[in-house]
Amino acid sequence: MGVRTWLGSIGASTPLGAWPVYRQLTGADPLGRGAAAQSPKHVGLRPRTASADRVAGSVCPFCAVGCAQKVYVRDEEVVQIEGDPDSPISRGRLCPKGSASLQLVTGPQRLDKVRYRAPYATEWTELDLHEAMEMIADRVVAARERGWQERDAQGRRLNRTVGLAALGGATLDNEENYLLKKLFTAMGAIQIENQARI
Amino acid sequence: MGSNMAEAHPVGFQWVMEAKARGARVIHIDPRFTRTSAVADTYVPIRAGSDIAFLGGVIRYVLDNDLDFREYVAAYTNASFLVREDFADTEDLDGLFSGYDPDTGTYDRDSWFYEGTEPPRDDDGDRAKTFSEPFQAGASGAGIDRAAEAERDPTLQHPRCVFQVLKRHFARYTPEMVERVCGTPQEEFLEVCRAWTAHSNRDRTTALVYSVGWTQHSVGAQYIRAGAILQLLLGNIGRPGGGVFALRGHASIQGSTDIPTLFNLLPGYLAMPNVSHTDLDAWIADQRTGGHKGYGYDVDAYMVSLLKEYFGDAATPENDFGFGWLPRIDGDHGTYRTVMDMIDGKVSGYFVLGQNPAVGSAHGKLQRLGMANLDWLVVRDLNEIETATFWRDSPEIETGEIVPERCRTEVFLMPAASHVEKEGTFTQTQRMLQWRTKAVEPTGDRRSELWFAYHLGRLVRERLAGSTQERDEPILKLAWDYVTEGEGVWVEPSADDVLRRINGHDLTTGDLLPSYLGLKADGSTSCGCWIYSGVYADGVNQAARRKPHTEQGPYDAEWGWTWPMNRRVLYNRASADPEGRPWSERKKLVWWDADEGAWTGHDIPDFPRTTPPGHRPPDDATGPAALSGDDPFVMQPDGKAWLFAPHGLLDGPLPTHYEPHESPVRNPLYRQQGNPTRKVYGRPDNPSNPAPPEHGSEVFPYVLTAARLTEHHTAGGMSRQLPYLSELQPALFVEVSPELARERGLAHLGDAHVVTSRAAVQARVVVTDRLAPLRVDDRVVHQVWLPYHFGHTGLVSGDVVNDLFGVVQDSNVFIQESKVATCDVRPGPRPRGPALRALLDEVRAAAGITVETGTRIATSHGVPHTEEGS
Repeated sequence: MGVRTWLGSIGASTPLGAWPVYRQLTGADPLGRGAAAQSPKHVGLRPRTASADRVAGSVCPFCAVGCAQKVYVRDEEVVQIEGDPDSPISRGRLCPKGSASLQLVTGPQRLDKVRYRAPYATEWTELDLHEAMEMIADRVVAARERGWQERDAQGRRLNRTVGLAALGGATLDNEENYLLKKLFTAMGAIQIENQARI
Repeated sequence: MGSNMAEAHPVGFQWVMEAKARGARVIHIDPRFTRTSAVADTYVPIRAGSDIAFLGGVIRYVLDNDLDFREYVAAYTNASFLVREDFADTEDLDGLFSGYDPDTGTYDRDSWFYEGTEPPRDDDGDRAKTFSEPFQAGASGAGIDRAAEAERDPTLQHPRCVFQVLKRHFARYTPEMVERVCGTPQEEFLEVCRAWTAHSNRDRTTALVYSVGWTQHSVGAQYIRAGAILQLLLGNIGRPGGGVFALRGHASIQGSTDIPTLFNLLPGYLAMPNVSHTDLDAWIADQRTGGHKGYGYDVDAYMVSLLKEYFGDAATPENDFGFGWLPRIDGDHGTYRTVMDMIDGKVSGYFVLGQNPAVGSAHGKLQRLGMANLDWLVVRDLNEIETATFWRDSPEIETGEIVPERCRTEVFLMPAASHVEKEGTFTQTQRMLQWRTKAVEPTGDRRSELWFAYHLGRLVRERLAGSTQERDEPILKLAWDYVTEGEGVWVEPSADDVLRRINGHDLTTGDLLPSYLGLKADGSTSCGCWIYSGVYADGVNQAARRKPHTEQGPYDAEWGWTWPMNRRVLYNRASADPEGRPWSERKKLVWWDADEGAWTGHDIPDFPRTTPPGHRPPDDATGPAALSGDDPFVMQPDGKAWLFAPHGLLDGPLPTHYEPHESPVRNPLYRQQGNPTRKVYGRPDNPSNPAPPEHGSEVFPYVLTAARLTEHHTAGGMSRQLPYLSELQPALFVEVSPELARERGLAHLGDAHVVTSRAAVQARVVVTDRLAPLRVDDRVVHQVWLPYHFGHTGLVSGDVVNDLFGVVQDSNVFIQESKVATCDVRPGPRPRGPALRALLDEVRAAAGITVETGTRIATSHGVPHTEEGS
């Protein structure tokens, strides 16, 4: 009887089998880099990707390469974001920023509530979202009126307001930019710009 | 050139490495030895701001040695066209072209036209400069009517043909001159020339990559022109493996240009109407000064279809489809002008949507002071960014320039939904739209911008309901009837429905349109963005397609959707010779199939499908039907690529080396120092460092440039708040050469501060050979580099590098020069509080800076361009 066979005969039914060195010497993992080194807890671990309820096909929100992402969701929470190997653009790869997308989406830095700073105030206060929307709509109507320009000095029609401006769009969706431009244009607002100018 | 692709676009860079593994040679030309340089075959140093001199040198090398792809150049470019006799080049006028007006700082461009063509109307460069007209030429080309009838010399020998004009223009851009201007050793420059030309022919193509290292200059549009001219001379446009690649920096910055939130554009690069457009016909006529040929002629159909989407049934032939409801522009309404208008008290309210101008825009102090003088500000973002908190913790609080208790701006900071909490499309840098599905619902007050825009529109319409004021009509007539999801008032609009409306409908049948080819000018079609028409072809969201690359061909046509018409290579007609045969088997892409009587190939042909190669259109043809069979550049009024731009640009028909607005050296090539049309804002809050021949430039002796790190993103709003990324790049640093460190007594890892007339920025010193001093015009020029991601909030913070730059712009597109300026570097931390203001007062006084400094844009005329009241 060789040492391995002997160890195997006594270890199969004893706690000795839980000892990694024992498993390394007797099992199929003589280098101790696989099964032999695993604890019962370790064996029970599953990747977050495996236990996800669903996977959403997405795109990295940082630069314009357009790497495809797979967003793993469990219990209505995002649990992991990885590169999508099917993509002809990225072939599954993500850079450090793309790889940190999970923190971007789920981190404690995310704003959750509207913050409001009254004129001359030194601190934020809370404000109800829908109330904020109503207040903003009031201000838009007033600013539009205040900055309205009907005609220029030569009597040519301007039909616009310079009372309000907007900046941003390169981080938004096409559909969002479309609605923003459409709305602002209908209101006569022209100072509508985004990162593409910069 | 102008790109650090390995660090700024790392995953895209895998394809460069893949090409290298297959034998391609990679050359990186950059002021700084970066990680891109480290894996390139060849790294070539260059002084920031001198790329046109370098490219002009390569162009001269090509022409001098007859290395151009002559058949391609003769057939597909305007090389053979004759330029008018009264055209004068920068060689004749010491750095100016004919037609310059020093009082307005613009050109009368008539003399740049082709022989035998007339300017279509009174050309007014001054007016065009006020609203960045060249930016509007995307949909219909630059205006030059009947350009195809211009006189030509097919032998390219006539002294006034474009080919000869080009030769003369660049004759002095010799290797010696390149070395003198760029600081690039001649042998290294010649190595680039040899490699570029050896790999550009029937069997081989060379690709050119750039990023904002090219665009953010006072002569930026001409940088791109220089690259394009070179690629055209070498036959590298419209062919596989060729091209000029603009690598863009935000997930959908291409989309926000195509469907623009930009002041002078409507969707699909249609020009925003200006005061001269009294009705739709006037607008159409103005666009069609782009000529009678090509797809640009159909702008009437594109515009009417847009108006039908905007106003629905309220847009009728009788009311000009509501064209009169659109606002008119008459000047500069760009973001920098608007910020100055805020300071001047002309703007009440400001929306900032997913952008962080307090850090990301040039001259950050100007941005923050502008916001401090508003009635209200709405910031929508994922995180609390500097733009939202300027009233509490901006650098101006410390200096006393903003006092919270005296700052009246009302601020609404609203949480935005993230990219996984909403659905919609991003357009990536190669024009590909990719749809994202929603992974989870946003929680708390987090909402999409789609929700925000939709409900803001709803609430404003409620407030104006019943109004009889003419100005309120467009809001009340707006087609705001998008499909929504959810119950109650605060529903979520459907991005899918918005995308369908962008694609467009046949209003007689209600069907989705297959492409823009079916758009009509009679009001029977609607389409939100003509170049995106086809994204919902066959009733399928084409942008949502995700067929694995392992299961399809090399052009991956079934992954996402690329505008226009899912075409992956623009102008690919040029991949075949004039007879329609591929230039070579190896570089085969699109060709004429005589049996089929149609163009075919591996990509969607960028040409009228059944127009044969030998076709000659009848004289009265218009639009696509007016294209000859060998006119691959289907958006151009003459069907040809422009080596020489007779119209469309404000600062010259050819790229010319001008020194940056702020430069330590005199222009070695011409008396004219900088771009004579650059847009300056001469006002006390926007000082410039002096540049020769002005006195005082020695106070700011070094060249300043800034760029990205891999681990942070733009103004840091999406990266400085994340633990992983903050740990990887925890602090602002400044790279200097060992020689400069010795000259200024800077210690490695010690503190230093970089000083301009606008700001002083503190950073840790990294002494490195990556930024070698260059010998420019017989003197040593040191360059200084910083990453620009830092600000005062987040897990890691640092001074705002963009505070160092002033506002001066390219006149064509109004992009600021933030890739090059001049500066001083001093050891130790910067002064704080009032002492900082004292330091800046001191350096401005030492350099003799006044409001006129830098505004004498025409060197030999001396006319200052300052703002009224300054």
